[in-house]
Amino acid sequence: MSTTTATDLAVQMRGITKAFPGVVANDHVDLEVRAGEIHALVGENGAGKSTLMNILYGLIHPDSGEIHINGKPVHMAGPRDAISLGIGMVHQHFMLIPVFSVGENIMLGREPVTGTDFYDHSRARKAINDLTKRYGLALDPDARMGDLPVGLQQRAEIVKVLYRGARILILDEPTGVLTPQQTNELFVVLRDLVKAGKTIIFISHKLREVLEISDRITVMRRGKVVGHLTTRDTSEEEIATLMVGRAVLLRVDKKPAKPGAVVLKVEDVSANSDRGVPALKGVTFELRQGEILGIAGVEGNGQSELMEVIAGTRRSTGGHILLGDRDITTYDARTERDAGVAFIPEDRRGTGLVLSFSIAENSILGRERSLTFSWHELVLKLVAIRDWARKLVKEFDIRTPSIDVAARNLSGGNQQKVIVAREMGSKPKVLLAAQPTRGVDIGAIEFIHRRIVQERDGGTAVLLVSAELDEVRSLSDRIAVMYEGKIVSIESPDTPEERLGLLMTGGGKAREGAA
Amino acid sequence: MSAITDILQLLVTANLWQVAMVSAVLLLLPALGGVISERSGVVNIAMEGMMLTGAFFAVWADLNWHSPWIAVLVAMIAGGLMALIHAVVSIRFRADQIVSGIAINIFAAGLTVYLVRTIYGLQDVGHVVPAEALPTWDVPLLSAIPFIGKVVFQQNVVVYIALIVLVLVEIVLFRTRLGLRIRAVGEHPQAADTAGLNVYVIRYGAVITSGLLSGLAGAFLAIGVSNTFVPNMTDGRGYIALAAMIFGKWTPRGAFVACIIFGLGEAIYANNSTIHVSQYLLSMLPYLITLVVLAGLVGRSTPPAADGIPYAAGSE
Ligand SMILES: Nc1ncnc2c1ncn2[C@@H]1O[C@H](COP(=O)(O)OP(=O)(O)OP(=O)(O)O)[C@@H](O)[C@H]1O
Ligand SMILES: [Mg+2]
Repeated sequence: MSTTTATDLAVQMRGITKAFPGVVANDHVDLEVRAGEIHALVGENGAGKSTLMNILYGLIHPDSGEIHINGKPVHMAGPRDAISLGIGMVHQHFMLIPVFSVGENIMLGREPVTGTDFYDHSRARKAINDLTKRYGLALDPDARMGDLPVGLQQRAEIVKVLYRGARILILDEPTGVLTPQQTNELFVVLRDLVKAGKTIIFISHKLREVLEISDRITVMRRGKVVGHLTTRDTSEEEIATLMVGRAVLLRVDKKPAKPGAVVLKVEDVSANSDRGVPALKGVTFELRQGEILGIAGVEGNGQSELMEVIAGTRRSTGGHILLGDRDITTYDARTERDAGVAFIPEDRRGTGLVLSFSIAENSILGRERSLTFSWHELVLKLVAIRDWARKLVKEFDIRTPSIDVAARNLSGGNQQKVIVAREMGSKPKVLLAAQPTRGVDIGAIEFIHRRIVQERDGGTAVLLVSAELDEVRSLSDRIAVMYEGKIVSIESPDTPEERLGLLMTGGGKAREGAA
Repeated sequence: MSAITDILQLLVTANLWQVAMVSAVLLLLPALGGVISERSGVVNIAMEGMMLTGAFFAVWADLNWHSPWIAVLVAMIAGGLMALIHAVVSIRFRADQIVSGIAINIFAAGLTVYLVRTIYGLQDVGHVVPAEALPTWDVPLLSAIPFIGKVVFQQNVVVYIALIVLVLVEIVLFRTRLGLRIRAVGEHPQAADTAGLNVYVIRYGAVITSGLLSGLAGAFLAIGVSNTFVPNMTDGRGYIALAAMIFGKWTPRGAFVACIIFGLGEAIYANNSTIHVSQYLLSMLPYLITLVVLAGLVGRSTPPAADGIPYAAGSE
């Protein structure tokens, strides 16, 4: 049907097949990307998107299939070959070295040197400054990578790829950790890059973004390509249906909340960030049984710290937290769990999972001493654990060949589902959900949203933090807006987006006098 | 407490420091090897075995060819080959690096005893004649400086070599492209791989370098200090070097400071006739220092993030 010749194609992948133990991640996949376009790759969690891109980048060797770059057949022995062909990739999970400087991270593999082999700091700095100026991506080359917020780390990843002179850019879920503003900034950059003659492959679960930025779309499902779409002629519904194989409810259906007694009382709580500066400056609010309190705010205004303090993984420097009438301020994570507080942390690979453990083992993390899973807190009931894990996998549609697969080998979204399943499965009194749907596909978002509402209706008190304002607005019964470590206002969920945006950036007048 | 005043008196004599320097260098070379290996992400506790192998082959080569320099070369190759085994097992076959290290240490102990028996029979190996041992050399002019001259510039040539290697390793690791790459591979091999580096080549190189340096230390011990080979003559030095590396927070200069402290402990023990305290207590000194140090006197030290974790390309 198309009249493009092979030379117009920057990337042509034909019949790519890759099997992992128990699962065919790519099953005769064809992908054609035209030079100078933004090509979106979408599909459910575990559909095989990252695998396909890792093959294109030379990190994974396909079992069969061929790759043509700019019309020429190529063989990739490793990323080095891909780099020399002008391919660059920003990975779903960042490939950054936290203890290195931003400059060293960007230069790595193509470092400027003086004399025999001495790393040339000033040339490195200059190269980065040139790049960042050209593309409007401000970055301090001397900052320590680990100290940067995720938005800037993301930016460093892109600069890294540009520095290597990539003409074909693969971006695997680059917006997963970005706020809407940051996403808009990224899109400006991507459009500039296309103008400068680059070709971009863009992966995202946020269909609105896909429609906004891409020219064409390839849809994958369970390892196969199920559709090629032209962005102009399609809609969110069509993509979603292709991806999931059924119509997806794109908004949350819920009845009004019936709040009960107060379960969680946070009184004037303060805490420091990892860098030792105050991140919470006297936060006060109440959370009732059977309600969802959403926290809106620009990332880095204390939301993460608040969740951690309540979950018992960060020490508070002042104030009190009451669960019912028990003071749990000084409880550690385990005692909190026992008291009925469940926590979906935002950093799924760092704190949510033990990556080398199997799904079964991960599914009881934190509950291994409970009598359901052990005899007298001593010996694990393996059969019970396996039954439990199987039940969760089924219920939450975790895509995996078996419950013995290491969490590391799950796709990003399925890792997230394991955590959500575990935490919701514990029948908590209070559910702390930080970015619960980060990186999961729309089918799973719909499911997780429905489950959160179900938990609420069952009497659980839910505290929700999300970078997606839409998610906060559609799920919450009340919205607390955080700004600079304080709750500046508590709003109703039908508050206009503009007003929330204003409050989130320090403007506007509080409605309820900060609770 | 007369023992303490005895020790303090000893500490101001250049003689003690001169001896301490030799002991320190015997630890420094394998410690630097450990730093390089672990900075690239391969845990290496096999310095003991590599050093012991080096010691034997130094003596063997020296008795055969009557040249300390050929002996040093042979010792380094022997240490390097032992390291190659560790590299293949832990990089290529991704086996547990501690287990591999222990196996090499045991293997080296057995191998050297076996070689002594088969080559030299049951009697001892025999002595290297002083003329064919590694020479001491007074650096002109500098050796005349009071105190420092005696401690630093009237030493065996290997001491000079070790000090040069120390400076080199420090510069290479933290100032050069190669060093950046070694550290990248040890911190986050996947990031290094995606940046186009060859993780395996870098790790092989680093582990083999640690073998070369340990082999050199073995040669120094055998044909610079003792002039003979005795089974198990390294006497745990490879392990103390490991402690020095950790004490020094995986930096060359930190390891050097640690080696000096351990070296002083050993020198004080060697001088026990002048100290009024049980020599058994004194003999524990270096190890006691090691334990106290490891128990956290130096504060928490974090190893390279991917230290000890085998890398398999293509898996997250
Ligand atoms: N190294 C591996 N070992 C075993 N199985 C793997 C490995 N990598 C991926 N898989 C499996 O291959 C399938 C495809 O995974 P992939 O990461 O490509 O999905 P994805 O489309 O990127 O999903 P997501 O949107 O969740 O990131 C999944 O079932 C996953 O479990
Ligand atoms: Mg993926």
